[in-house]
Amino acid sequence: MNPLRNTERNTEQEPLWREEVSIFAADERYVNRRQFAKFLVLTSAGMFVGNLWILIRSWLTGETAWPARPVALVSEIPVGGSRLFNYPGPNDPCILIRPAENEFAAYSQKCTHLSCAVTYAPQRARFECPCHQGYFSARDGRVLAGPPQRPLPRILLQRQGDRLIALGVDLQTERS
Amino acid sequence: MQHTPEHPSPQRRGLTAIDGALALIAILLIVQMWLLTATLEGFLAEHREGILPAAVISGVLLVACFGLYRFVRGVDREVRRR
Repeated sequence: MNPLRNTERNTEQEPLWREEVSIFAADERYVNRRQFAKFLVLTSAGMFVGNLWILIRSWLTGETAWPARPVALVSEIPVGGSRLFNYPGPNDPCILIRPAENEFAAYSQKCTHLSCAVTYAPQRARFECPCHQGYFSARDGRVLAGPPQRPLPRILLQRQGDRLIALGVDLQTERS
Repeated sequence: MQHTPEHPSPQRRGLTAIDGALALIAILLIVQMWLLTATLEGFLAEHREGILPAAVISGVLLVACFGLYRFVRGVDREVRRR
């Protein structure tokens, strides 16, 4: 019998632990590299699963239908003042401001950097995030300075007499 | 046969091949990480048109990584069999 063929067959039939735990120092380098390659491929699979998860989420959520809901009374907000409300859901904090007598604007209160709550600074006409000094314009929500990359989502408002009605959310992504 | 730097041993050549494959896998993985970050950023900004192509490309990169891993396994088995 050819001894080389015999050796090959034995290697093929070796148990798994012999492949993973080598008793030869020279083989150890191979085992380490192969295990590292396996780790990298598993990480690659994780990245693919992440992309798939985003794809499935985007299919499931689809286009959002915004509810029309009264959020404040005009008489409640002084000129230069602000008022907090939640829209569209109870966990979506928003801030309504009144920069002038007949001027109202509302934005999401979550900073687009890491979701800290922004505060209104009427004297500087901007929203300020206290966490990382992100600043947004109070006129249109665009980023003025700091780490945020996207503008604040704008809440679409309609005035009906003394009531202010929220009609939807403009993510303002074309500004980013 | 004497093994010189010009004529390295099969063990040494196998290690070089595996190192090259590992470097390629690492590059593909970095591209995948960037792709996932960009896709998530686009999804959060309601730019949904790039999500499907990104998932397909990520799958192709995974297949390429797996192919390289099979290559590493093949070289590993062949060299250790000698």
